[in-house]
Amino acid sequence: MDKNKNILLQYVLQLADNAMILGQRLGELCGHGPILEQDIAITNISLDLIGEARVLYSYAAEIEGNGKTEDDYPYKRDILDWKNILLVEQPNGHFGHTIVRQFMFDCYHYYHLTEMRNSSDIRLAEIAKKTIKEATYHLKYSSEWMIRLGDGTEESHAKMQEALSDLIRFFDEAFIPSKIEKEESLKGIAVDCERIRNRAWEKFRSVCEEATLKIPEVEYPQEGGKNGLHSEQLGFILADLQFLQRAYPNSNW
Amino acid sequence: MVIDKLHIEDTLKQVTDPEIPVLTIQDLGIYQGFDLEGDKIIVKITPTYTGCPAMDMISVNVKSAMQEAGYTNVEVKLILSPTWTTDMISKDGLRKLKEYGIAPPVEKTTDKSYLSDEPKIVPCPQCESKNTEMISHFGSTACKALYKCLDCKEPFDYFKCY
Ligand SMILES: [Zn+2]
Repeated sequence: MDKNKNILLQYVLQLADNAMILGQRLGELCGHGPILEQDIAITNISLDLIGEARVLYSYAAEIEGNGKTEDDYPYKRDILDWKNILLVEQPNGHFGHTIVRQFMFDCYHYYHLTEMRNSSDIRLAEIAKKTIKEATYHLKYSSEWMIRLGDGTEESHAKMQEALSDLIRFFDEAFIPSKIEKEESLKGIAVDCERIRNRAWEKFRSVCEEATLKIPEVEYPQEGGKNGLHSEQLGFILADLQFLQRAYPNSNW
Repeated sequence: MVIDKLHIEDTLKQVTDPEIPVLTIQDLGIYQGFDLEGDKIIVKITPTYTGCPAMDMISVNVKSAMQEAGYTNVEVKLILSPTWTTDMISKDGLRKLKEYGIAPPVEKTTDKSYLSDEPKIVPCPQCESKNTEMISHFGSTACKALYKCLDCKEPFDYFKCY
């Protein structure tokens, strides 16, 4: 494949992997949400994200143009080929963890899509124009829960603060460009993720403040997912996600 | 098979949505016409939500309606432009939604209130009362939120502005 085409492919996969893995994580809560309405909400968000992953994987398959389909990427790639940020593979934990992880992702996702609407790649711009509507709704949802639980009872506050302390070290990776994102040929196509950092952090800070949560200092920021270096969590997710295709290759519904 | 454009158009406009069967894909605004490639008919659909699981079902329904009408060489293509919004639901569609018990979107996505994110009043589709409250941002499908009427006490779905 042409070098620039391959770079675009890698970039599209990186975006798709974020949506796919978070969608899969949230899907684990189907039937296990804390209350019925939130069970439905979380699985709806999961559905939106998997929808986003699907249009991106379909685009990837078109770029490759060698007969692959959208299914090949989530089902047949091994850990090192996945380029999602570490945040999205973190476990659901308690509901506070799920909400803090979601809110962090939404802060990134929303501003990322805002910019991607102007991509010179027509397909990416189209996808952003579509999915930002969903991401806006997600951000609204997770912000409200941040505030409701953070500024809630003593116990909910403590749990939210705990979740924030556990996850804050994963927040910044989204804004550190990967090798691929820095490629010259992606200028104008890829979002400059450093450019959205301030806006995302501003939103993050203002909601945390309203939620009476203290943003902990980060001693050891975690990164690597975008370059294929993952936490052990991803292996468990893939074991579940890929089991059927690994055990019964090419089986169909 | 002779290709009769009007006949094709008529057939396609009558395909209904699997989730809200009172609405046709034309009412919903997701039907975006068709192209001809030789004797192949390419039907264009713009999805409501990116992950809407009904899209597969809609494709199947389009194909089977076309088959019944005598057209077998049919492909359903999902397109993302124009981006679907609830503004594309027809007047007829809005009325049918309400009759079906689903509160239609209360504003256009271009309205100030939509952009400013103020809480909005969603009238109860059963008793018209404006004394309602949201129970959950998300309802039985991605396109709906769950509301409750404080007067007649009925819960109802609200078709979110999108
Ligand atoms: Zn009522």
